[in-house]
Amino acid sequence: MSQELIDAITDMREDDALEITDALLESGADPLAVLDDCRQAMEIIGQRFEEGDCFVPELILAGEMLKEISAKVKPLIQEQTGSTEKLGKIVFGTVEGDIHDIAKDIVAFMLDINGFEVYDLGVDVPAATFVAKVQETGATIVGLSGFLTLAYDPMKETVAALKAADLTDVKVMIGGGQIDDQIRVYTGADAYGRDAMTAVSLAKQWSGAA
Amino acid sequence: MFTIPENWKKLTPTEKREARFNSWMSLEIDFATPDAAQAYRQRIQMIKDVTDLKQPERVPVIPWFGVYPAEYGGITVQEAMYDYDKLGAAFKKFNADFLPDGLASAALMGPGKVFDMLDYKIYNWPGHGTPPDTSYQCVEGEYMLADEYDQLINDPSGYFMRTYLPRAFGALAPWQMLGPFTDIIELPFVGLGLIPVGIPPVQEAFKTYIEAGQAVMEWISAVGPIDGASIATLGLPNIIGSFTKAPFDIIGDTMRGTRAIMLDMYRRPGKLIEAMERIVPIAIEMGVRYATVSDTPMVFIPLHKGADGFMSNKDFEKFYWPTFKAVLLGLIDNGTVPYLFVEGGYNQRLDIITDPDIPAGSTIWLFDHTDMREAKKKLGGWACFGGNVPGSMMKAGTPQEIETYVKQLIDDVAQDGGYILANGAVMDDTNPANLHALIDTGKSYGVYK
Repeated sequence: MSQELIDAITDMREDDALEITDALLESGADPLAVLDDCRQAMEIIGQRFEEGDCFVPELILAGEMLKEISAKVKPLIQEQTGSTEKLGKIVFGTVEGDIHDIAKDIVAFMLDINGFEVYDLGVDVPAATFVAKVQETGATIVGLSGFLTLAYDPMKETVAALKAADLTDVKVMIGGGQIDDQIRVYTGADAYGRDAMTAVSLAKQWSGAA
Repeated sequence: MFTIPENWKKLTPTEKREARFNSWMSLEIDFATPDAAQAYRQRIQMIKDVTDLKQPERVPVIPWFGVYPAEYGGITVQEAMYDYDKLGAAFKKFNADFLPDGLASAALMGPGKVFDMLDYKIYNWPGHGTPPDTSYQCVEGEYMLADEYDQLINDPSGYFMRTYLPRAFGALAPWQMLGPFTDIIELPFVGLGLIPVGIPPVQEAFKTYIEAGQAVMEWISAVGPIDGASIATLGLPNIIGSFTKAPFDIIGDTMRGTRAIMLDMYRRPGKLIEAMERIVPIAIEMGVRYATVSDTPMVFIPLHKGADGFMSNKDFEKFYWPTFKAVLLGLIDNGTVPYLFVEGGYNQRLDIITDPDIPAGSTIWLFDHTDMREAKKKLGGWACFGGNVPGSMMKAGTPQEIETYVKQLIDDVAQDGGYILANGAVMDDTNPANLHALIDTGKSYGVYK
């Protein structure tokens, strides 16, 4: 474990983090250990986000650093030591009629690094596409994102479509700038979240990993 | 148009604001009835009173409408953007049926035809990437690249003409081939300087630009009378004749994009700050100019990327606030009133925005998710504020719930005046009973005794 690398990432020192990664890899460090440092750093950043010490710019920059470090490390990993066990499968997307992706991407990213298999369907996703993806993957959780108040009805329709397809065991979480408990009730979703870490804790709770 | 008096430069900001309000109130309008004329002046008086932190005769009710008037009028948003007759019928009916204290302006829907002609890339709109019944939406992207800060800083207009606009509008892409206007400094350079203008694709782009200008004239000649009729028959003043933005949002919303500007805060903070400083006088000039042309003192400023969660208070004070504050001071200095539409939550920012450099009674803050009791504590006696009726309640709540919510708001935070009743988020989706509950409760319960 390299505390130096973890600190560089959590302190948002991007150049240092990349240099330390290069130095570690040159000195023959285990590439998987480097990735594990990244995971630990992301965990700390997630905690800070939850506690209000870290904000959207930090999540975006951390995501960038993770991407850059992964690009350096991945070619050095000879064989995938059997991909790590996932906590659960989540179908995720911005509902029909809404093309906003920034918040959705952050939540999908946080779910991914917290051990979930995320099927990100992108933006402007029709209800039927969510249903089909759940049926195909056997996902037990669906995440619906929407920035505008016009997302309310498509969210409601998506929840109804899941029920109509007999996917009654699937839990649905919704989120976005204008989402609150009143809209949770209106749409029939199981829960709503104000931020990415709420989504992570909901997903962990629902998949029995909390 | 507001006529700048000869002694303008000798006036204090407050005197300038008085002059703008007086001119707005005495606009030459051919009112349909004496009642309409009186209602118009009464409404402006209420707005002036709340701006000055006084108690008006009653709480002004000025919701911020999005595309809901189209739905109410039985047309799609797409029809509202393309068919000006249908647009007119819908907006006139909406204003007449609800009688808010500020006009729901048909101009805000925008001319769809013009966006089509110019092949606007930064937005999707109904029938052009979004369904016919939804509002336009921004397509996040890097329309300004990371290494272009110096170009923007050195020559903002040149950068817009030759780099940004050609990316934002497909039809203007050939403008990339234009040279800078500043080439044309003496006789021999005129011929050379104009060569790019003769290139066929550039000529084609200018032709489209001129045609778009004609289409805009068709649009404004249709839309102007629509709003004019509502003003003249109902006495509803058009509150928003001018707009500008905070420099961080100018760069972050439609130039660098959310993701890129947030990375710039770490990767090139100096350039970002320098560019925002460069934009300050441009943002002020824009707000003041539109206020003068439209003869309304209010300058509408939607606030986006400085909300709670978007950055720490430390970064807000470093990146967002200094240039935003400079824009506010510049607008105030010119006698205009920044009318801030504070999207998201501003609970963490209240101590920062209530900056003692900003004179009391010179700004208006309409909040969304901000705690209104805290806002009252911090802004009371310093600036007019309002907003906050949730978009979720306007959609999924009952009229009774809204009535209770509005009464509670008025009881808790409106008692000293300096308060405007409004919704939080832009209203795209509600129903007539809920909207009546908001407006009618505000009007009946909001009377000051």
